[in-house]
Amino acid sequence: MDRSPESDPAEEPQSAYPQDAREVGHGPYQPHEPGYGLDQPGYSPYEDEIPDPQTRMLAIKNAKAYLLKTSTKSGLNLYDHFANILTKILDEQPANTVDIIENISQDVKRAQFRKKMDTLRDEHVIPPTVEAAEKYKALFVKEGGEDEQEELEEEMGQPSLPNVMETAFYFEQAGIGLSRDESYYIFLALKNLINVQPIQTCRFWGKILGLEMNYIIAEVQLREEEEEEEETEEEGEEIIAEEQNEMDEAEEDEQKEKEPEPPKSTYKPPPDIPKEANGTGTNKYVYFVCNEPGKPWVKLPPVTPAQIVCARQIKKFFTGHLDAPVVSFPPFPGNEANYLRAQIARISAGTHVSPTGFYQFPVDEEEEADTYEENLEFEPPPVAEMVESLATWAHHVKEILKQGRCVWIKPAQKSEENEEDEEEEEEEEQEEERGQALLTLISEDEGIKNIPAWTVQASTDLIPEYAVAILQSNRWPGAYAFASGRKFENIYFGWGHKYNQENHTPALPPPAEAEFPSDPGITERADPTVEEEMAFKAAQEEALAEAEEEENEEVEDD
Amino acid sequence: MEAQSLPAALALVAGGGAGLSPERRAALGASLPLVQRDYRFERVWFWGCIQGLRGAYYIAEGLGPDRAAPRSRLYSFNCLDWSLLTPATEEMLALAEQLKGHFQGDPSFEYSLAEINAEAAARLVQSGKEPVIKEEDRLVATIEQIDRAVGIVPRGAFVKTPLGSVHENRYFEGLSLVEAKKLRSYFHFTEPANLKNKTLLEKADLDPSTDFLDSLEHDIPRGSWSIQLEKGGNVVVLRSLLWLGLTFYHVPMTKQFGYVYFGTGEKNLDLPFML
Repeated sequence: MDRSPESDPAEEPQSAYPQDAREVGHGPYQPHEPGYGLDQPGYSPYEDEIPDPQTRMLAIKNAKAYLLKTSTKSGLNLYDHFANILTKILDEQPANTVDIIENISQDVKRAQFRKKMDTLRDEHVIPPTVEAAEKYKALFVKEGGEDEQEELEEEMGQPSLPNVMETAFYFEQAGIGLSRDESYYIFLALKNLINVQPIQTCRFWGKILGLEMNYIIAEVQLREEEEEEEETEEEGEEIIAEEQNEMDEAEEDEQKEKEPEPPKSTYKPPPDIPKEANGTGTNKYVYFVCNEPGKPWVKLPPVTPAQIVCARQIKKFFTGHLDAPVVSFPPFPGNEANYLRAQIARISAGTHVSPTGFYQFPVDEEEEADTYEENLEFEPPPVAEMVESLATWAHHVKEILKQGRCVWIKPAQKSEENEEDEEEEEEEEQEEERGQALLTLISEDEGIKNIPAWTVQASTDLIPEYAVAILQSNRWPGAYAFASGRKFENIYFGWGHKYNQENHTPALPPPAEAEFPSDPGITERADPTVEEEMAFKAAQEEALAEAEEEENEEVEDD
Repeated sequence: MEAQSLPAALALVAGGGAGLSPERRAALGASLPLVQRDYRFERVWFWGCIQGLRGAYYIAEGLGPDRAAPRSRLYSFNCLDWSLLTPATEEMLALAEQLKGHFQGDPSFEYSLAEINAEAAARLVQSGKEPVIKEEDRLVATIEQIDRAVGIVPRGAFVKTPLGSVHENRYFEGLSLVEAKKLRSYFHFTEPANLKNKTLLEKADLDPSTDFLDSLEHDIPRGSWSIQLEKGGNVVVLRSLLWLGLTFYHVPMTKQFGYVYFGTGEKNLDLPFML
């Protein structure tokens, strides 16, 4: 039919085979035609029409026997495997099954290997998620004893637990903050902290990220009795330490007499600057940290000026373990707990702000006071004004001087040798460092090159009547502050490092001492010549002779 | 992160303190499906936010049928009106690496190249262009760099078909808790560079349909990823230390994963000193 391309489709198709012309529409009769022979018994596509089933049944049995052959490697057979696959597919009815059929087959095979009945049972492994969930659940326990609650309320005038959820809400308007669950856990953890420690005021300071674990930090002011106890403890420790030093020195002296020692270096380390007393300056607040809400709170030690000075020169990630060493140059005097405390002090000093006028100096005292008090007559400026100008915000934490303290102190002098006298004069020439006064406006903060130190914006442009003023620090990325009416708060979320546009250059080691100090044992001298030796020997003999004469004279006198 | 799973995902990456305000979230929920319709993307990812001095850039990426093809990137200031960015070129990348400091927040701001790199400025002048880089180019280059360096996906989440195109693996059920804590189970979602350098033993274990990308194991410098289990072990969060601000989350034994960048768009070149 289709072998005559010139045929006109309108005409009846001429076939090359006269038989076809006789019977149009009947099946193929030539062996080469497709479909030839299918009307024979046993070869039709409709098998149930054909009466002779024997050859077919035999073929089916053979095929089934082949499918049931057990694999020598795995003990499975294809027949059961296909049955399982088809059962699974028909049960689950996934879409586009043909694309994932291989995966389904693999999964069915994997399922075979799980033995359902076994005398050995797997040890019931408690996944770590369950332990953590238990800790979180423990946070929710309500403290017992109503009597205790009444006593506590009598002692404390104000509730010292900060409203973490409210603060979190305001920061959330700017897109800053943790998830609500985590904020609530922190809220409960702070409540536990207040119950355990004698705390006067408490605040959620922020979260510092670390490599293996993070730190959640609470800024706290302890009640005064506890602070005195700590001071006496520390003095006791210092005395013990001094005694030990003396013991060690005595032992060293004994050893010194035995061996000649190499010349000592003339390096005199700079005098130790004492740390500020608890409750003032950099140690005004006590900080408690924990890795996760639910874990116990650990108190951070007070910070020393040496630690702050060193922390300014290094830049290290926190690992999350408080006792981890900080390996750096210049060597940091302390472990990670001290480094964390130093960074917290720097961040607090650099970024804790409040609306101007919220705090004021007490009326009685001089201008440069260390303390401030809340101004009860403060009228908060509208949010639009707070966003426009930086002069509406002021620092309320004293700046840390280069020395590492908030208040300048002259380093103590120990001995009175000549060299020390020269140093004294030099120190007196050093000007007393003066930092900015306590309540300076942040508009006076220096920027970094051409970047201002602070960026301020409103939380929303679409609904200005309920907007919140948000302040972001560019010097310490991660430090935020918000203000809305009388409410304001500072917080920190970040890695704990200052922003530096240039790359961090570590301090170079100091140059090695050029020469030994001149010592009689080391300086080179010319060997005495023979004449000098003879002259010396002659002089000695004369001296001996004179001495003998004197003795003889004394003996004679007696 | 996938636009559809945005609310849940933002709660999971909030451990770093950065997130979106309710206004922006609502705006994204409204505008990303429209972006998908207009540009005929198959998937839309919210890439993150680059903070500039005077404003923030919110970035979204759109993917076509081949997930590994170069992605189209869009930026917006308010999460409502999105503008398409030009694709990144190697030249842009090279120039943008010279720039330091924060973004300004204005896409037409021009950085004067002459101050930074006189040779490059001279070359540009010779080829007839002005020796400046526009902030838009810097933005494109930064996003491309971040994606190449630290854009990661879990192992097995994507499969490569024999024809070369990459699809999501519908049979991916999530990493197990043990696997999720290893760097080996995460891949960079870009052109692989190190695949051929592996030993024969390693190659024998690989499955070419799922292991066609570089894993994080051999990243330089070592230790530039911080892996943590948060929320009591329910989420595994990876934070990059090279590009501070990139956070990747994955809930083990589920299909949820994604990464987002909240930061200033600056590379942390002090990393070797900080580890």
